[in-house]
Amino acid sequence: MTEADIPRFAPGVRFRFDKAREAWALLAPERLFQPDAQAAAILQRVDGQRSIAAIIDALAADYAAPRELIAADVLAMLQDLAGKGLLRA
Amino acid sequence: MTVLAPRPPLPRVAPPMALLAELTHRCPLKCPYCSNPLALDRAADELDTAGWMRVLDQAAALGVLQVHFSGGEPMARRDLEALVAHARSVDLYSNLITSGVTLTEARLAALVEAGLDHVQLSFQDVDAGNAERIGGMKGAQARKLEAARMIRAADLALTINFVVHRQNVAHVGGMIALAAELGARRVEIAHTQYYGWGLMNRDALLPSAAQLEATTAAVEAARPLYAGRMAIDYITPDYHATQPKPCMGGWAQRFINISPAGRALPCHAAETIPDMDFPSVREHGLQDIWENSEAFSRFRGTAWMPSECQSCALKERDWGGCRCQALALVGDAAASDPVCDRSPHHRRVLDALAAGDAPPPPLVYRSNR
Repeated sequence: MTEADIPRFAPGVRFRFDKAREAWALLAPERLFQPDAQAAAILQRVDGQRSIAAIIDALAADYAAPRELIAADVLAMLQDLAGKGLLRA
Repeated sequence: MTVLAPRPPLPRVAPPMALLAELTHRCPLKCPYCSNPLALDRAADELDTAGWMRVLDQAAALGVLQVHFSGGEPMARRDLEALVAHARSVDLYSNLITSGVTLTEARLAALVEAGLDHVQLSFQDVDAGNAERIGGMKGAQARKLEAARMIRAADLALTINFVVHRQNVAHVGGMIALAAELGARRVEIAHTQYYGWGLMNRDALLPSAAQLEATTAAVEAARPLYAGRMAIDYITPDYHATQPKPCMGGWAQRFINISPAGRALPCHAAETIPDMDFPSVREHGLQDIWENSEAFSRFRGTAWMPSECQSCALKERDWGGCRCQALALVGDAAASDPVCDRSPHHRRVLDALAAGDAPPPPLVYRSNR
């Protein structure tokens, strides 16, 4: 994956807020992931329209953090989820 | 005078993650390891559409995230599409567990339109003749292959499921290859569970230790071939284990199962426990059932465990194993799971394994008895 890619959730994968547990949940075939706050902040910006670069820009602005630091984290996490078949570029 | 402080609220029971909605016990197949009980619910006793919609509403409110529409064959319900749409409207992730033999383009399109998230399609073998002998339905394999093609053409996520046992387990490599060829992102190779119909047919189905070893080796050899393309989930038969499985992730901890007639169960086999009163969703709300009913509370956590479990470091990992297995093999649902080598009844499992070396007796097919 590169910053130019536009990530979206794979078929059969849904990301939603779980009111009962007050946390985000990533739902997939026969599996369920409960991402931490940082992962949830990234996934909330995956909409099938924005590129990875745009997601990083948005996070850098919203969290007033250095872009290089965020870029590494975002790419690593999205790559990991793509490897698990949860995301597509 | 002492001022009485208000009683602190009792700790709330963590809500379930998933609902298993067994819509019907009707099914065109007759698999001899069917997970349905020996006494099948009749069509006339099934919950109606409004009843199931109420269950879905209550499940979502309680904190359930995923609903598995199962059976029998859930496609036998003409209101399946309406129930899937209702699940979507309350933000539940929906999974259809089907044999695929009655799937049509029109119904699939309606299910996609309703918001279905995932399909788990079952096969009885990769060899058509053997598959149709085991499932007891002529012509089933071609229909299943066509169902898989339709599901992938609709870009729905697909899992292929094979239940394996001594009469098909030698074909496991071919099963995995078929799943990949059909475009599945996930394949389940699940050894038969020995309750109900499976227990009745245990001597015909339980693999030998050598067969199990060969199967496990075949699965491990296949993993690197499909890495990144298709996940392989392998569920081993616990008779060959020395530690029990954490059945259902612990009694009444993660799952709530509703039978076709509307009984709420901590697992699909729980109705075999004779002295337990399973509440009906016709009379009780799901939250009340989950948090307060005797059936759901009895084996939740660790307080109920016998001494060999109480003193065990793994008691919060396996939650004491399976209550239905303890009942089936020991005659007491509160006994330790006899799969565990610390159980005083472990011999019963070893004896069953020894019986598996004899030629298999004829299969007893699932039917209305």
